[in-house]
Order: sequence, then C-alpha cells, then structure tokens
Amino acid sequence: MSANTRDAGEIAVAFTRVLRGAGVRVPTSSTIAFGEALAELGVDHRDHTYWAGRATLVRRPEDIELYDRAFAVFWEHAAANTIFELTEEEEIQLVVDSDDEDDDGDTPDEADPSDEPTIELRFSATEILRRKDFADYSPTELEQAQQLMSRLRLAGSPRRSLRLTSADSRTARPDLRRTVRAAMRAHGEPMRRHYLQPSTRPRRLVLLLDVSGSMEPYARALIRFVHAAVAGRQKVEAFALGTRLTRITRELASRDPDEAVSRAAVAVADYGGGTRLGDGLRIFNDEWGQRGMARGAIVVVLSDGWDRGDPEVLAEQMQRLQRVAYKLIWVNPLKVTPGYAPLARGMAAALPFVDEFVEGHSIDAIEHLADVIATP
Amino acid sequence: MTPADVSAALTAHGYLPNDGLTTSVFLAMQLRRPLLLEGEAGVGKTELAKVLSAWTGGELIRLQCYEGIDAAQAVYDWDYARQLLHLRAAEATGETAGRSSDAVEAELYQERFLIKRALLRAIGHGDGPPPVLLIDEVDRADDEFEAYLLEVLSDYQITVPELGVFRAATPPIVILTSNRTRDVHDALKRRCLYHWVEHPDFDREVAIVRLRVPECSDQLARQVAAAVEAMRDLNLYKPPGVAETIDWATALGKLGVSTLDQHSVETTLGTVLKYREDHDRVRKGGTQLLLEQAMGHR
Repeated sequence: MSANTRDAGEIAVAFTRVLRGAGVRVPTSSTIAFGEALAELGVDHRDHTYWAGRATLVRRPEDIELYDRAFAVFWEHAAANTIFELTEEEEIQLVVDSDDEDDDGDTPDEADPSDEPTIELRFSATEILRRKDFADYSPTELEQAQQLMSRLRLAGSPRRSLRLTSADSRTARPDLRRTVRAAMRAHGEPMRRHYLQPSTRPRRLVLLLDVSGSMEPYARALIRFVHAAVAGRQKVEAFALGTRLTRITRELASRDPDEAVSRAAVAVADYGGGTRLGDGLRIFNDEWGQRGMARGAIVVVLSDGWDRGDPEVLAEQMQRLQRVAYKLIWVNPLKVTPGYAPLARGMAAALPFVDEFVEGHSIDAIEHLADVIATP
Repeated sequence: MTPADVSAALTAHGYLPNDGLTTSVFLAMQLRRPLLLEGEAGVGKTELAKVLSAWTGGELIRLQCYEGIDAAQAVYDWDYARQLLHLRAAEATGETAGRSSDAVEAELYQERFLIKRALLRAIGHGDGPPPVLLIDEVDRADDEFEAYLLEVLSDYQITVPELGVFRAATPPIVILTSNRTRDVHDALKRRCLYHWVEHPDFDREVAIVRLRVPECSDQLARQVAAAVEAMRDLNLYKPPGVAETIDWATALGKLGVSTLDQHSVETTLGTVLKYREDHDRVRKGGTQLLLEQAMGHR
C-alpha cells in the first residue's frame, strides 16, 4: 500500500466515523469506496474530498444536510490543527469525534482524547490557506501566501502592437525582408512569399492599493500581491493610496519580497492613516493617468471603499479614470461578507464607473482577480 | 560661448528661456551630452529643439517614440523592394550568371539600398553643422528601446552588420523629452543632463506672447497671461501651457480683439481649454471673475 493510499484510507475511516456520529448510516463498503476515491483524487482539495464523500457515502437526499455539517466540522477540525505550520504537508493527530449540535451524550470528551482512537491524518495546509480571509493571517501565513501569490500568472489581456511579426498565413502585408532573403537563395526568383501580421503586447497593469486604516488587515497581504505583480511582469505600476498618493513601483521592484515590502512601507508615510480616495485618484489622474500611464491599461483599485472625502469627487475621478483605462477593476476585500452591500459612500459613488467588481479577501479571490485581469 | 550667448540666441529665435534652461542647454552643447526635458505638456519642450535647430543651422531630426518602436523604424531598414528589383534586373540581363550567390548578395547590401531612419541620419550625417536630434516622448518607448538608445547616445555610433560602423564626426545635439507616463531608466538619465521645464512666470509669459504674437498689444498680452495664470489655479484637468497661451493670443489677434471681455473669452475658450469639464469649471467660477483678475493684474 502506498503512502498516499494509506492516508486516503485513514481519512476515509476517520471521516466515516464522524459521519456515522452525525446520524448517517454508512456501510463499510462505502468507506472503502471513499478511500479509493480519495486515493484517486488526492486529499489536498477540499472540493475534491467533499465530492468524493458525497459520491460514495451519501445515498439519500435527506442525508446531504447531515453530510454537509459533518464535512464542515471535519474539515474545520483538520484546518484548525494545520494552519500554523505550513511546510509541505503536515502530519497531525486528529481526534475523531462526532461533534455536532444535537449531541446525544455519546460524544467523546475532546479534553481527553486518550479514550478515543486517534488517527493520523495528512492534509495539505495550502488548500486551507487559499480560502482563509487575509485579515485572519498570522505572520507565518503571510509568508506562505506570498509564495502562493508569486506563482500567480498575471497575464493581462494582450493588445495589438504596431510591431509586425511574421505570419503563418497570407495577410495584407508582405514581408519584404524575408521574401528578398528567400529570393536570393533562388537567384532572384521570389518563389516563396512571406507575410507580416501585427504582434501583440501585454497591456500595462496599474495597481492602486488603499493603505488607509480600515484596509490595514488586508493591505499587509495585498501589498504582497502587488509586489508579486510588479516583480513578475513587465509594465506594471503600483501606487499606495492613503491621505496622499505614493508611487511604489520602484520600491517593489526588488526580488526579495520582504525587502521590497519594507521599502514600500517606508515610502508610504501615511500607512494606516485616513482615506481620501477621490483626492488620491485625482492626483493619480493629473500626474500619471491622463498623461498616458492609465491609457489603454488595466487599472486595479484595491480598496474597501471607505472614504472620508467627498463622494462626488471620487465619482468624478473614477469616471475620468474609466474613460482612459481599458478596464477598471475594483477589488474589495469586504465584498465576500454575507449580506454585503456597497453602502460605504465612497464605494457607492465609485461603483457605476467600475467595469469589474471582485472580491479580494483570500488567495482564491486573488486568483480569480488574476483571471479577470487576463480576460479581454 | 557663454550661457548668455545661448540665452541671446534662443531669444533671437523666438524662445525665451529662464536661467536654468539656458544653463542646461549651454552645458549640453559644451559637454556633448543629451538633454532630457521633463515638464507639463505645452511648456515648450519640443519647441526648444526646433529653436536650437534654427539657431545652429543643423537639421532637425525628430524621432517620435511610441510603444513598440523598433530598430527598423528608428535606426535603419533595407529598401527590400529596390533590392528585389535590382536582383531581378541583374537576373534578366544575365549579370548573375556564373557568379556566386554570396557575391550577388553582397551587391544588395550597399549603402544605396539602406534607408536611414532618424538615429542613423543623426549619427551618419556628412559635413555642416551637427543636426539637432529630438527624441520625443521617450517614456512611451519600451525598455529595450531605451537600452538601445543608451548605447547609441554613449558612443554616438551605430553598427550596421552588413556595412560596418557609422560614427558621428561631430555628435548631434540631442534633446529628449518625457511626459513621465513612466520613469525613464536610471541608466539613461545618468547619461543625460536633466531639466524640469516649468510654466514661465507672469512677466516671461507676457514677453513670450509679445515675441510670438507680434500683432498682440502689450495690454492684451498682459490680460491673456494673467487670465491663463488664474486658470492654472483652478484645479483643471489640463491647465493651459505656454502653447495654449500663444494659441489664445493668436486667436484673439485674428479676431481683432484689443481687450478681453466676456464675449471674447467665451468664444475663444476652446483654444485654451481642451476638456468639457474644464470649460464648465471656468464658466461656473465665472468668466467675469476671471476677467477681473486679468484686468486687475499689475
């Protein structure tokens, strides 16, 4: 039995016990099937594990709700024990219990796990980290997140360039250089004609990160995303928006993330201060955007939209920015909050001029953002 | 030559520089260094190159930068159509018979088939005063192109593989301009002299208008300059530059206006302000107020 199969089997057994505790009848054959399914899919992804269990352990629709609750408990339990050490996969001791709301007395006491069988469980902490809200990050997790983010591919949609490259098929533009070179080999007979077509270039990406007080828990994670973007790609510009506007592209250009982030923090004098988004955007538009930096670019504003300035100013500046930008994306870490409505005056004022409004609270959300940036 | 000579010469050609710019131009010419000019649009960065060309008699060679500009557009290209015709003609007259293809090919890469673009023209010029090379809006070009420029501007020489090295007998006077849409690379900045071009002060702007728009009376020139100065304080999207001041004075002159009034301001506002929002802002603030400021000035 390979290590992976063994892990899968153990998880299958452990979870089945939780599920039985929740009141679902699970035959042993189903447990085995679940183990086999996990061995196929791996145990790194919550979704994979969830659906493997749904497919093999649940037989009646009435059990789905119970299954969901058991799964949530099981997963959170596993997560709680793994999130602090993030190197590779972590071996943990999982106490198997049937922690549920309708406890009926046979629930083992968590404080005394020796009574209960304990099962070794391997789980990839990465998967948990991906969904975790940035605001809940420990410093260690921040570092791990940085690694995940540096692997993001921020492709950006391409635009047509004036530059021409050789074409595979016949186009309107002949490539005289190559045709002549080829003709020379044929003693002046242009037997094979070559053609040109416009090449494509990535669009400029401009990132405006709100570093005001209300954004503080998110800004410290998002600045790592901004760094990953600046360090990993050409034609990226980064600014910190607070009570004033600070350009941090140069500070973030260092390959070493810690150095880059600390240099940027030094440059941003008003880290954690108040917000006047409208004024910050006005300065951006006046000094940089209108002149050309935002023209045809993908502009990303990372902010919770809490603004102490005049919403009219913000709306006006957003409109200005949208007119020159190719795409204007607003990333709001609060958007994920259940029942969130853009009630902050600033957010409400800005929203009509936003092309895409996306979440930004976790690595998964940032990954989605990368997709939005890449979509033409 | 002294900075005073530079100032006098530029003035004689219709450009009124301040001391900082005068000194920079003087140094650029003496040290044979490129001069990088940054500043708001319309403060006269490009104009300086034109005036330098008029003064020195050197040809003005302008290279407008844009994203994706490459060597074939900025340095040189081969005239492939002519090469092909030449090849066909040689073939038809039997000249190529019995000759190696290397020999035929070598014949095609002569200087007469070379199309010299701006940089090569500036470097490979013949006799006469050195040209003025204007590399406009260098911030729009790509990093790679900037790196290439650095090489050219350090040694003032360009290599064409098939022909050899072109080297400037006397280097051109090089003016680079940037609108700061991104930072020009440090390495290039180090190579250049740098000057940030400011809006002129009131008296200089009046003098510029008088110099460039001779039909404009002193009184009107002062009113126009004062009104423009007031507009620059209005937080506009695009505060008017000297270029707009001159345009405005010219327009008013053509309309036969001798003194600013509400009607003449409103009908000619489009020569100064290029955004609808800016028009609104000036109108809302009251052209009357603007006029009062203009009239009451000095």
